[in-house]
Amino acid sequence: MKNKYTLITGRTKKQTDGLHKGACSPDHVNATSFVEIGPDDMAQLEITEGQIIKLLSSAGIVELPVQAGDLPVGLLFMPMGPTANKLVGAETFGTGMPSFKGLQVEVEIV
Amino acid sequence: MIGIKGGTVYDPLKGVEGHVQDLWIKNGKVVSPEDVDKNAAQIIDASGKIIMPGGVDIHSHIAGAKVNSGRKLCPEDSLRLLRPREKNARSGSGYTVPSTHLTGYLYSEMGYTTVMEAAAAPLVARHTHEELEDIPNLDKGIFITMGNNHFIMKCIRDGEYNKARDYVGWLIKATKGFAIKIVNPGGLENWKYGKNVHSLDDEVIGFGVTPRQILTTLGKINQELKLPHPIHVHGLALGRTGNVDTTIETMALMDEFNAHFCHVQFMGYDGQYGKFPRSGAQKLARFINERSGITVDVGQIIFGPATTMTSDGPAQFSLHSKVGGKWVNDDLESESGGGIVPLTFKCNNPLHGIMWLTGLETFLLVDDPWKVYLTTDHPNAGPFLGYPEVIRLLMDKEYRNQEFEKLHPKAKKNALLPALEREYTLDEIAIITRSGPAQRLGLKNKGHLGMGADADITIYSPKNNKEEMFAHPAWVIKDGEVVVIDGKMVLEQPGRTLYANPKYDSAIEDDIRAHFAESYTIAFDNYPIQTEHIGLCEKIDCE
Amino acid sequence: MSQVFQNIVCKFCGCLCDDITIEVEDARIKKVKKACVSGRGYFLDYDPSDVKPMIDGQEVEWDEAIAAAVDILDRADSPLIYGLSSTSSEGQRKAAKLADRIGATIDSTSSVCHFPTSQAFQAVGEATCTLGEVKDRADLMVFWGCNPMIAHPRHFARYSANAKGMLTKNGRKDRTVVVVDVRPTKTSKLADHFLQIKPGTDYEVMTTLRALIHGKKIGKGVEGVDMQQVEQLADLMKSCRYGVTFFGMGLTMSPGRAYNIAELFTLVAELNKFTRFSAMPMRGHGNVAGADQVLAWLSGYPTAVSMACGVPKMGPGEFTSVDMLANKEADAALIIASNPAAHFPQAAVKHLKSIPSIHIAPAGECLPDIANVILPTACCGIDAPGTAYRMDNVPLRLQTVMPNIRPTDEEILSRIIKAVKQ
Repeated sequence: MKNKYTLITGRTKKQTDGLHKGACSPDHVNATSFVEIGPDDMAQLEITEGQIIKLLSSAGIVELPVQAGDLPVGLLFMPMGPTANKLVGAETFGTGMPSFKGLQVEVEIV
Repeated sequence: MIGIKGGTVYDPLKGVEGHVQDLWIKNGKVVSPEDVDKNAAQIIDASGKIIMPGGVDIHSHIAGAKVNSGRKLCPEDSLRLLRPREKNARSGSGYTVPSTHLTGYLYSEMGYTTVMEAAAAPLVARHTHEELEDIPNLDKGIFITMGNNHFIMKCIRDGEYNKARDYVGWLIKATKGFAIKIVNPGGLENWKYGKNVHSLDDEVIGFGVTPRQILTTLGKINQELKLPHPIHVHGLALGRTGNVDTTIETMALMDEFNAHFCHVQFMGYDGQYGKFPRSGAQKLARFINERSGITVDVGQIIFGPATTMTSDGPAQFSLHSKVGGKWVNDDLESESGGGIVPLTFKCNNPLHGIMWLTGLETFLLVDDPWKVYLTTDHPNAGPFLGYPEVIRLLMDKEYRNQEFEKLHPKAKKNALLPALEREYTLDEIAIITRSGPAQRLGLKNKGHLGMGADADITIYSPKNNKEEMFAHPAWVIKDGEVVVIDGKMVLEQPGRTLYANPKYDSAIEDDIRAHFAESYTIAFDNYPIQTEHIGLCEKIDCE
Repeated sequence: MSQVFQNIVCKFCGCLCDDITIEVEDARIKKVKKACVSGRGYFLDYDPSDVKPMIDGQEVEWDEAIAAAVDILDRADSPLIYGLSSTSSEGQRKAAKLADRIGATIDSTSSVCHFPTSQAFQAVGEATCTLGEVKDRADLMVFWGCNPMIAHPRHFARYSANAKGMLTKNGRKDRTVVVVDVRPTKTSKLADHFLQIKPGTDYEVMTTLRALIHGKKIGKGVEGVDMQQVEQLADLMKSCRYGVTFFGMGLTMSPGRAYNIAELFTLVAELNKFTRFSAMPMRGHGNVAGADQVLAWLSGYPTAVSMACGVPKMGPGEFTSVDMLANKEADAALIIASNPAAHFPQAAVKHLKSIPSIHIAPAGECLPDIANVILPTACCGIDAPGTAYRMDNVPLRLQTVMPNIRPTDEEILSRIIKAVKQ
C-alpha cells in the first residue's frame, strides 16, 4: 500500500551524541535508522511500533523500523544521518540546500 | 638601503616645503647620508618628482564585525571591483568594502602607509585584529568605542571617576586598542529601548547619566592616561538638519580636552529640523578657526556607491526608515551597537548636493590645514579610492566649479562654494593627508621624513590633473621596502598593529571581574587579547 | 598529577560555552564540569595520541602523506575544499589561502545549514544582537523551526529563556517563550505558547504576521494553523519590550529556504517601527559562524566561493558542495574538520567516494571509507589553539588543555600551501 507523506529529518539527542564519535560508526547509524510516525497515521496504516516499513523518495528507498512519534497526520520524522540521506535527493533548486525537510515520500508496508 | 635622489620634498612637520632634497633609508628608517653605503644602496632617481611621507588616514572603517557585515551584505559591491590573484598577491573583491588583502593593496597603491580603524566594540575587537592581520602594507591601530559602556556609565552615576579611569586603562590594554572612541554617547544605549539622545543633557535610560558627563569623563580620562591620540568624538544627531549647532556646542564642551571630531560633514548641517538643510560649514569653520583645541576630519561625500556603517545604530535606523532597502542592526551587550545601510550618492540629488558642499566648504573655510584632515569616513561618505578626487577638488578651483554646476539647483541655491577662491597647495595637501593626522595620532615616527622616521614614503609624478597624480604614485616605500611602482603593488608584506600601553591600577580588575559575572555572557578571563595573537604589533607606551 | 583548567571554551555547537572546567590527568581528560551531554562527550572521548596518516588505508609517514595530498590537488582541474566549521579561524584562513592559490571552490558546512540565511541577509539585511542583549533585555523569545533542547542544550540556561539579566532579574518569569514548529518537540513543551503550523507554510505565516502588525485584517488565513494563535503572536511581538526570534533548520531546509528567512528578517525589521526586535540564526557547529566571517573578509562572500577564474565568485546551487559533487563538477576534494558522508545526500556522497580526496580532521573523526589520504590532526579547543566565533559572532580564543602530539590543521595546511603548484 502506498501513501504520500512529508518527511522531515532533524536532530535527535542520540544522533547528536553519536556525531563526534564518527558519524559512520555503527552506533551512529543505528541511532539514526528509524522513522517516527504519528498515532493517527499508524492507525490508518495499521502498523505497530518496531514494524519494518519501506520509505520511497525520488532519490532512493530505505527499509527501517517504525517508532511512535508525536506527529500530526501526514508528517514523518527521521533523524538526520546517512540512512535519511538515502532518501534526500541532491537537487537543491539552485540554493545549495537539499530537501532535508519537506521531502515527499511514499510509505510501503513490507 | 635606498637612496631617493633629487626629489622635491614636502615635509611640513620638518618645515620642508618643496625643496629638492635627497633621502636615505636604512633598516626601515630615514637616516643621514653618512649611515648609508651608497655603493650598495638602491638609487631611485626622483628628479622632477614630488616626495611626501606616506599617507596617514586618521579615520576609516576597514576591518572587524561591522565592516565584514558590510561585505556579507553587499555581494553587488564585490562585482564592482574584482582583483585577480597573481603569483604573489591574493585575489579580492569589493569597491566600497574591499576584502582585506585588497584593502591593503588599494590603499598602498594610492600611497597610504598608515590607516586607523575608526571603531571597534571591545567585545569583538579580537575580530578586528584578525582582519587587520590580513591587511598588508599598512600600519594600523584600533579606536575602541566606549561612549555607551555600562561599566563606565555606572562609574559616572556612582561618582567613581578613578574606577572609570583605571577601567579604561585596562580596556585599552585588554583590547590592544590605540585610542578612545566615542560614538553618540548614550544614544546607542537608548536605542536599545527604541530611543536616542538629542541633546547633551538628555538622560541615558537605566543609568541616569548624560552625554555631557560621558564626554567630559572620557575626555579627562584620555588626558590622564596620556594616550597618544586625544579623545575621538562622533557626536550627537548625525545626519539631522540643524545638527551643526549641537556639534559646535559639543566642541565647545570638549575644547579643553583638545578633542578630535570625526566626519564633521555628517554633523554640520544648518537649518531647521524637519526642513531641507543648508551647509553649516561656515558656522563650523568659524568655531574651529577661533579655538585652538579642536581638530576635525571631514568625511567628504564622493558621488557614487557608498556603504554607510557606523556604531550609531539609531542614526542608521533613521536612515533606513527614509531610504528603505537593506538594513543591518547589531546591538552589542553592555557596550555598543551599530547599523549598516548601503547608499548611492548622486550629484543630482539635492540633499546629497548639500552634503557634498558641506564637506568641501569646511575644507576651504577652516584656515589652518593642521586642524582639518582628509577623510571620507570610508566607506560612509564614499570609498577611500575617492581621496585623489577630493585633492583635485581642493587644489583646482576650475574643476571644483565645474563639478558644482552638476548639482541640483536646490543644492546650488545660495551656496557659498562658487565664491570660495582658495586652492590648496601641495604643502597643505601634505598636511591634511599625512603630517596633520600623524601628529594628531601621536605617531612620532610617521608623517614626516626627519631622521629616525619610519621609511614610509610616497613619490608622485607631478601632473596637472591632481586626481591622476595622487591616484597613481610613481613609488611607494613602506618600512624601507619598495612596495608600489607606477601605481601597482610589487611587494606584499605584513603591516604592524599599533597599540597603546597606558598605566592604570590593576586593582580595578576585581571590580571588572564582578561586572563580567553580572553583565556579560563570556568569562572575564577569556576577554583580554594577548599580543601573541595579533600578529606583528608595536606597543606605544603612554608617558 | 592532574591539572584543572577553568573557563575553557567548548566548540561542539554554536553556543561556544566558555565556562567549562576540564580536569586532565596523564594527557587524557578525566572530568568535565558544566558542559552539556554533547560537550562532555566531545571532551571525554578525545584521544590526543599519535596517529599516523594514511594513504588508501595504509599507514605512512607525514612527508609521504602530505606529498600525496599535494599530488591530488596538483592533478585536479576542479578541486573542492569543504567543511571548515570545526577548525579555528586561523585554519580557515589557511584553507582560503590554499583555495586562492590553486583555484579551488571553497565551501563551508553553511552550505547545508545556514547559507540560506546568508542569502536572505544579502537580500534584506538583518536586525540582530549579541546573546548578552537577549539575556539582559528580551522579554519575548520566539524559537522558529529550531529545537535548542536537542541541538543547543545550554542555550536556555546561559543566554535565553532561563538566563537572568539586567532587565530580566527573574529569569524565565520575566519572559514569554513561543515555539513555532511543525510538530511538538522537547523545546515546544517548555514554551508558554506553541504555534503548530503545517510544513511548508512558514512563509505564509510570516507574511500574515507582517500584515497583522500593520493593522491589516486577515480574511481566510493560513491553512493548517490556528489563526487566533497567529494573531496572539502578532500582539506579543508588537507589545514586547525587546523581542528576539531564533531560527534554525526548520526554515533553512524547508521549501522556501532563503525566502523563508528573508521574510522573517523583513518581519523583524518592520517590528522595529513599533518596538525593538532582533533575529538570530542558531548556528550548528562551533565555528561555522567563523567560516562565514573568514571567507567574507578574504573573498567578499560567506561560502560557495569559486576561485577557479582567478577572482572570487559566489554561486549558490553551482559552487555549493552538494551541487559540485552531485553534478560531478568536483574532480578532487579536500575535506577539513567536517563529515559530508554523514550529512550529504547519497548521490553527492557517491561522487565523493569516486574522486581522489583528502581528509584533515582530528583522528577519530576521519573517514577512511571516503578519503584516499587521511591527515589526522590535533583538535582545536583541546590540544590546538585558535579563534572561533559564537553564533552571535562574538569571537573567543580556543585554549588548549594539553600539548598536541599530532600536528595542527594550520601546520598541515601551511605545508600543503608551500608545496602545491600555483
